[in-house]
Amino acid sequence: MDSIYRENILDHYKNPRNFGRLDRFDVTAEEYNPFCGDRIGMDIKWKMENGKWKIKEINFYGEGCAISMASASMLTENVKGKNLNDIKKLGTPDILKILGIDLTPTRLKCALLPLEVLHKTLALAK
Amino acid sequence: MFDPVQIKKDFPIFKRLINGKPIVYLDSTASSLKPQKVLDAINEYYTKYSVNIFRGVYKLSEEATAKYEQARAKIAKFIGASNPAEVVFTRSATEAINLVVYSWGRENIGRGSEIVSTLMEHHANFVPWQQLALSVGAFIKYIDFDENGQLDTSQLLKTISSKTKIVTLAFVSNVLGTINPIGDIIRQIKRKNPKVKILIDAAAAVPHMKLDVNKLGCDFLAFSGHKMLGPTGIGALWGKSGLLENMPPFNYGGEMIKQVSIEKTTFKVAPHKFEAGTPHIAGAIGLGAAVEYLDNLGMDKVRRHEIELTKYALSRLSNLSNLKIYGPKSADDRSGIISFNLDNVHSHDVAQVLDSDNICIRSGHHCAMPLHKRLNIAASARASFYIYNSKEDVDKLVGGLMKVAKIFKI
Repeated sequence: MDSIYRENILDHYKNPRNFGRLDRFDVTAEEYNPFCGDRIGMDIKWKMENGKWKIKEINFYGEGCAISMASASMLTENVKGKNLNDIKKLGTPDILKILGIDLTPTRLKCALLPLEVLHKTLALAK
Repeated sequence: MFDPVQIKKDFPIFKRLINGKPIVYLDSTASSLKPQKVLDAINEYYTKYSVNIFRGVYKLSEEATAKYEQARAKIAKFIGASNPAEVVFTRSATEAINLVVYSWGRENIGRGSEIVSTLMEHHANFVPWQQLALSVGAFIKYIDFDENGQLDTSQLLKTISSKTKIVTLAFVSNVLGTINPIGDIIRQIKRKNPKVKILIDAAAAVPHMKLDVNKLGCDFLAFSGHKMLGPTGIGALWGKSGLLENMPPFNYGGEMIKQVSIEKTTFKVAPHKFEAGTPHIAGAIGLGAAVEYLDNLGMDKVRRHEIELTKYALSRLSNLSNLKIYGPKSADDRSGIISFNLDNVHSHDVAQVLDSDNICIRSGHHCAMPLHKRLNIAASARASFYIYNSKEDVDKLVGGLMKVAKIFKI
């Protein structure tokens, strides 16, 4: 079936990586998609390495559809250890590449929700 | 007898195949499909007499005016109104309710006034009252419902006080499918406080069951054309004549005036007082054609068909484990609306999988966030039936849900 519900998406939905609140974090943010009731939050711990701020630890929490949860799971995996400036540049094409599926405009909003949260944390960190 | 397969033939959209598969449309509560007769009526206006109404002396204008007012009369008769002047054309049920809030509400509701509503309201009948209350310092009391989706009518009556100005509630819940016993409720309210006005949001009722505004005893009733086989952009507010006469205009402009001078303007009487500017003439005519189509089917038959279909759907769905259905357990207490959730699968994903087989259901909060908060769920999936749906459509829905369960391994 030509579907967005590939094995990797379902896997990340059922077994999300980096899920659950961190005991201690440097910054946290949450976003809500009123269209479908998806709510994603992220806790982040930074570290300084070679003069650059990088993500030391990142977890996400919340509840949502398979797309938003899988996207959050894959995104947190992807950005661990990355530096701030690279993360700031992440956009829609990167999310689509990470997910590896085509999405309608409606479902794209679900996939982008975790990225919105991530960008929100970066803004707060400043 | 009522044959949805034959009825489907009246709706040209069903000729369409998407990815080689037919459309299984289960979202009529969001918007209904259109029969050729309605499309023909709209097209006829634009082809044969697409001129403005009321203004022209020429024959075409007289023709358009006559057809527009005939549509009003048809719609008035459909809801049991004694006088077509009690029917104001609006853009939708939403605009109809806003009209009452702006026109009647701002004159009659002030600081300390009370409005009684419910937790099951659609945003169209929730937000306008909320905003009015916030701006004038009035209070809204929200009545709760039980696990069967039934309104707590005794709580509602207890809540009516001398400060209550208006009770505003849905006839049919667009999520729970609950049919509120409006006639009964109104009688009891008026007995307790005869001054209280009552507005009924009938958007999910008028398309599906026969109703009579005089028998119900309400003061205002709002509904939308596009949910009852009519075009988008047209709806109606029914208001008791005495009330409409004393209400100030909602929008100002052309057509609703008697005389305009530099110093002042005098206004027409209802309904034209509330219809400023050039209306959606084709929309009104299309809605008139929709009413005719429904009349020919017979609203009793429409309701019976939905009860049968809903009974069948509830029974088939009850065989699916991990499925929670919201609202009344019995098909007799509900309209053809079934909102549900599959354990551990978000309603969005349910709708997406069903979409791969062209099964159209709605997912989200269905313009009823307070209701979802009350149910303690983020979102729900909703299937709704209308005259063109058959048992086969229900079977396809069930098949689709089993597919979802398989994919998500629940």
